[in-house]
Formats: sequence, C-alpha cells, structure tokens
Amino acid sequence: MAALLEVEGLKAFYGQTQALHGVSFSLQAGGITTLLGANGAGKTTTLRAICNMVRTQGAIRLDGQPIGGMATEEVVRKGVGHVPEGRGTFTNLSVEENLRVAALTRRDRQAVGRDLDMVFEYFPILKERVHQQAGTLSGGEQQMLAISRALMLSPRLMLLDEPSFGLAPLIVREIFRIMRRINEEAKVSMLLVEQNAALALELADHAYVLETGRVVMSGKASDVKNDEAIRKSYLGY
Amino acid sequence: MEQLIQQVASGLANGAIYACLALALVMIFVSTDHINFAQGELAMFSAFLVWQMLEWGASFWIALPAVALCSFLIGVGIERIILRPLHNAPILSVVVVFIGLLAIFHSLAGAIWGYTIKEFPSPFPNISFVGSGYIGPHQIGMIAVTLLLLVFLFAFFRFTPLGLAMRAAAQNPVSARLAGVRVDWMLALGWGLAAAIGAVAGTLVAPAVYLEPNMMASILLYGFAGALVGGISSPGGAVAGGFIVGVLENLVAYLGNLLEKTSGIYIIGNGEKLTVALIIVITVLTLKPSGLFGHVTVKRV
Repeated sequence: MAALLEVEGLKAFYGQTQALHGVSFSLQAGGITTLLGANGAGKTTTLRAICNMVRTQGAIRLDGQPIGGMATEEVVRKGVGHVPEGRGTFTNLSVEENLRVAALTRRDRQAVGRDLDMVFEYFPILKERVHQQAGTLSGGEQQMLAISRALMLSPRLMLLDEPSFGLAPLIVREIFRIMRRINEEAKVSMLLVEQNAALALELADHAYVLETGRVVMSGKASDVKNDEAIRKSYLGY
Repeated sequence: MEQLIQQVASGLANGAIYACLALALVMIFVSTDHINFAQGELAMFSAFLVWQMLEWGASFWIALPAVALCSFLIGVGIERIILRPLHNAPILSVVVVFIGLLAIFHSLAGAIWGYTIKEFPSPFPNISFVGSGYIGPHQIGMIAVTLLLLVFLFAFFRFTPLGLAMRAAAQNPVSARLAGVRVDWMLALGWGLAAAIGAVAGTLVAPAVYLEPNMMASILLYGFAGALVGGISSPGGAVAGGFIVGVLENLVAYLGNLLEKTSGIYIIGNGEKLTVALIIVITVLTLKPSGLFGHVTVKRV
C-alpha cells in the first residue's frame, strides 16, 4: 500500500528552541495512526509542522508530493483537515457558519450539501444547535463541531489533536466511536495525537511513540498495547 | 421648537458624514484589528480624484465608481506592500506607519492640487420639498447613501461566502487558515473595502465642507468618536454612533445658547461643542467599553 503521508527527518523550532529533532514516520492510506508520548514529546508540534504552522526543516510528502514549506491554507486545500488543540471554534459565528467556512473552498455545491447532512447524521446535536452562536456550545459539542468542520473540507487526511481533552469519559467514547465510523465510511485517513494512550491504541491500527522530539518506537497498535515494557516506560499505564 | 428641529436635522446631516467615515474605520478594524489614522486623508485624496475627473469632464456617476474602484486598489496595495511585512510587528510600529501614511497623502494632495479651497458640486439635484427649510437635498442624499452603504455591508458580511470568510479570518486567523481561507488576502480585501467606503465618504463630505487637504482633520476625530460610541466592532453601531455624535454636538450648542438667552449665563456654546461631544464619548466608553452596540463575545470554556 502506498503511503498517504511521509515525514522524513522533520525538525521544528519555536524561536530558538528546537522541539523536533528529526522525526520520521509514514502513514498508510485508509488507516488510523496514533502519535503517543508524554507531555512535551512533540506530538502537537508534529501536527503543526505538517500544516506549516511552525518553522520546520525536513521533508513532508502527501501522496508523494512535497508539501513542506507550503502555506497552511494551501496544505489544507490539498486535503488535510486539521482539528487543532483547543478546537479553534469561531465563537462569534453560528454552528452552521462554522461548518460553511470550511466548505468555502469547494466548488461542488451538491457534495457540500451531502457532507452537511452526513455531519448532522454523525452529530445530531449540531443540527439542533445549527443557528446557535458556537461559543455557547459545551466542550464536547465544540469538539464535535471541530471534527465536523474538518470533515466539511472533504479531506483525505485528518489530523486530530487531543480530541479527548477536557471531556467527560462518556462523551469521549461517543466521539471516538464516530471517528471510527468517519474513518470507515467517509474513507478519511487519520493521524491522532492523544494523551490517553489506552483509548488511542484501541482506535488506531498503527502507533508511533515520541520522546523529546524523536520517534523512539513504532508498531502495530495491538502490539504496542500488549507490550508491557513499552506501556510502562513510555505510556505510563 | 423650530430651531430645535433645525439643529437636530443638521446634526443628522453632519452625523451622516461621521457615520460614513466611521464605517470605513470599522471595516479595517473588524478585518485587521487596527485603527487606521490615515483613513481621513485617504478619503480626502479620493475626493480630490473625483474632483479631478469632474474637471476633465466626466459625469459624477462615472467618476465616483471609477474612483471607488481605484481607491479599493490603493487600499489593497497599501496592505500588501506596506503592511504585509509588519504582520508580526508590535502595534506601535503599525501606528507609526499609519501616521506616516497620513502625512504622505496629505502632502501628496497638497503638492498635486494645492492648498486653495475648491468648490465641490453636490451630486444630488437641488430641488425643494416638504421640510427643505430644515434640511437640504445634499444632506438627505448623504444620509440615504450612508444607510445604503450600511445595508450593503450588512448583506455582504451576512449572506456572501466572501463576507463569511472575512469574518472568520478576522475572528480567528489560525482556525481560518485551517479551514482553507487565504487570510492574508482577506486582510487586503478589508483594506480595499475600507478605502472604497472612504472614497464615498470623502465625496459626500466635500460639497459640505469644501475641498482642501485639511478637510478631514476634525471629521476624522468625530468619525472616530462615532465608531467608538457605537461600538468599533459593529458596522451598524458605528453608523448609529456617527449620527448620535452629530446630533449631540448640535444639541449641546443649542442648549448652551438657549441657556445664555434665558438666564444670561454662558456655560457652553458653539466653541465648546467638540469638547462636550468628546466628554460624552469618554463617559459612554467608561460605562460601556465595547460601545453602545458593540458585542461582547460569549465564550464558554
């Protein structure tokens, strides 16, 4: 199978501080890959680097085409839907407007309408709140909105940054269940960053473990899950 | 009573000028988060361009759209060429650039067209109608155009995809990029629209105050006051604020004169109306910092 996303020797910098020290990994089309690691390991930075939101060096290829150094919005337009840390809701806009913003770049109006219906089928609560100001939604609803907004781009690859952050376990279960459905039904590959390693390993097919800006191990999610040594030393459970 | 109505009517007419300029200020503020001090001089420059075209024999209704378009391009150009490199600069650097632009357009207009006061014809027909004793046709036209602009802007932001993209870019640039919006171009577009609105404002003001490089000096201050009173984040608020400031300054002078006539005590008159208007502005802002109609963002975390 061809790799959808390939990252080679990726370095990232915040001002003078280097956050990634040559991260390399690849992601197969169709699957869910997770990046695990402790706080400060570089998980979020890796996602931000893919969308060129931090200063980076190294090669990033989407479907074999280099996208490194391309402006964030152009990477997005190539089919990368980034669900950012903290959800990035447009708080002053309505739920519907939040979703429409992401579809502005698309010309296929009928498909946009279909995608909107699809989003409301996945998250019926958003349909109920469609005219509500997005800032008034609960945390869980805003996370659903953030995922839906990325979905409205009709992406090939979705980057998810800690979708479980700050949410009640029940809501997290619900959101992860729907992410699986999106992956299978809408054929969206996913790169998932999570603090909650147990949860992420249940959902993902493949896992990479980061430590201080480097990949320290990788493997099938089920293997990582069953390897007690890895769990204890890197994942803390 | 007669005089009171007259004062309110002429206050509304002045208010339309302030409202128009306030709209341009709000336009740049909502799209870039900056207050453009050069807005008045840009509007003055555009008014001179219209005047020049009229001198060359163009009809008014060709000259104004042509100059609005030209101003739009100047606005886009200023953002792309001058402000673009300053995207990450501290706010003070940007302010200095604005003041520099103010000086440049001021002296440019003076150098090209001179500092002598020029008459500027009103585009509206000089007809008499019911109530024309209180308010002239140009004043009515000015108010109408301002309200039309407001409706146009409201519809643009509310109902068009481009308007939505601009609101998203202004509200959360990072998220807007992640939704595929070309944020840099949205900023430039905001500048262009503001400059075009400024061109309309300048052209409306010129017949009322005569055309000269200094024509916008005090008007910018009032427009700024109007925008702040109404709420710098809300186009509708800015227009309302412009009208409020216009009426207020006239009422203050009127009441001052009335008081002097009846009791002989002079407290305020025409000379102090700007001061009093600004005191009221400061009071409003102290009590309600987001302006009368500015919205406070609802946020749940």
